[in-house]
Amino acid sequence: MKQVGVFLWDFVVGDDWVGALGVVLVLALAGLVAHATHAAAWWVLPPGVTIVLAVMLRRAVRACRPASRRADPRVPHPPVR
Amino acid sequence: MNAPAVFLTAFLASGVEAVEALTIVLAAGLTRGWRSTIGGVLAATALLGLLIAVLGPALSAIPLSALRVVVGGLLLAFGLQWLRKAILRASGAKALHDETAIFAREAAAAETAARPAGTDWYAFTLAFKGVTLEGLEVVFIVLSVGANAHRLPVAVAGAAAAVVVTVAVGALLHRPLSRVPENTTKFVVGLALTTFGTFWGGEGVGVRWPGSDAALPVLFAVYLAVAAGAVVLTRRAVTDARPDVAVAS
Repeated sequence: MKQVGVFLWDFVVGDDWVGALGVVLVLALAGLVAHATHAAAWWVLPPGVTIVLAVMLRRAVRACRPASRRADPRVPHPPVR
Repeated sequence: MNAPAVFLTAFLASGVEAVEALTIVLAAGLTRGWRSTIGGVLAATALLGLLIAVLGPALSAIPLSALRVVVGGLLLAFGLQWLRKAILRASGAKALHDETAIFAREAAAAETAARPAGTDWYAFTLAFKGVTLEGLEVVFIVLSVGANAHRLPVAVAGAAAAVVVTVAVGALLHRPLSRVPENTTKFVVGLALTTFGTFWGGEGVGVRWPGSDAALPVLFAVYLAVAAGAVVLTRRAVTDARPDVAVAS
């Protein structure tokens, strides 16, 4: 069961949980705007998805350069997952 | 959504996964023999076919709005994962997928494992696991795209065509398909999944898209521009952070 859970987590969430959480938040926000205001809510989605992607990429690039490693250029950088 | 878009998305997504599965199957077959390897492939294919046969009709029975929220959200999360990896690879932050290296690694491990007299369970398991794990992504994409677009047979046909082409080329060459532009394909599939996920997830939560289906190519173009910009910015950030690393073009 644990292995199945790990597989499903990896399958849906992948390397960065921020993506899955961001998708839930963006869809929830779009649904809220659509139902609460009865106005066009489509404009929430492309910018929201773009922000989620930007945060995921920023986290990945940051993983390349932790502050402690930047101080010593001889320490190899970890690979990006 | 039109049939060619569904077919092409299923074909490309399945093609990428089929190439990855083929590498593992070749490593098992060429080093351990084909009888048990083909047994593993057939068992995995039967399992995946069963999943499509059971889950396909079940998905059709779920109310469309609920289906679109859940499957649209999953597609969007899945598409963003693919897009993130493709952007990181295109910008040099992550190594490109190397089928030749993966083949060498799997073949070396297969060579050293013990060889029983009867059924070779190592080869069977290696092939079964490789095809099942890569195939599950295909099943998910085929089911979600096919069910949401009400074109499940078209999506299945696209996936089947990709598998047939990949197996035929693999059988002819007898080596991993390292020349397939895998990252470019993953980039396109990531864009397509993100586009469909945004569109269907949005419809599921009550969003009305201007122009209905006509919004799809516009969304794709917007995400393509965003991803292209992201490659440039990520490459710059990586070069600043790691001046020692040569950034792949």
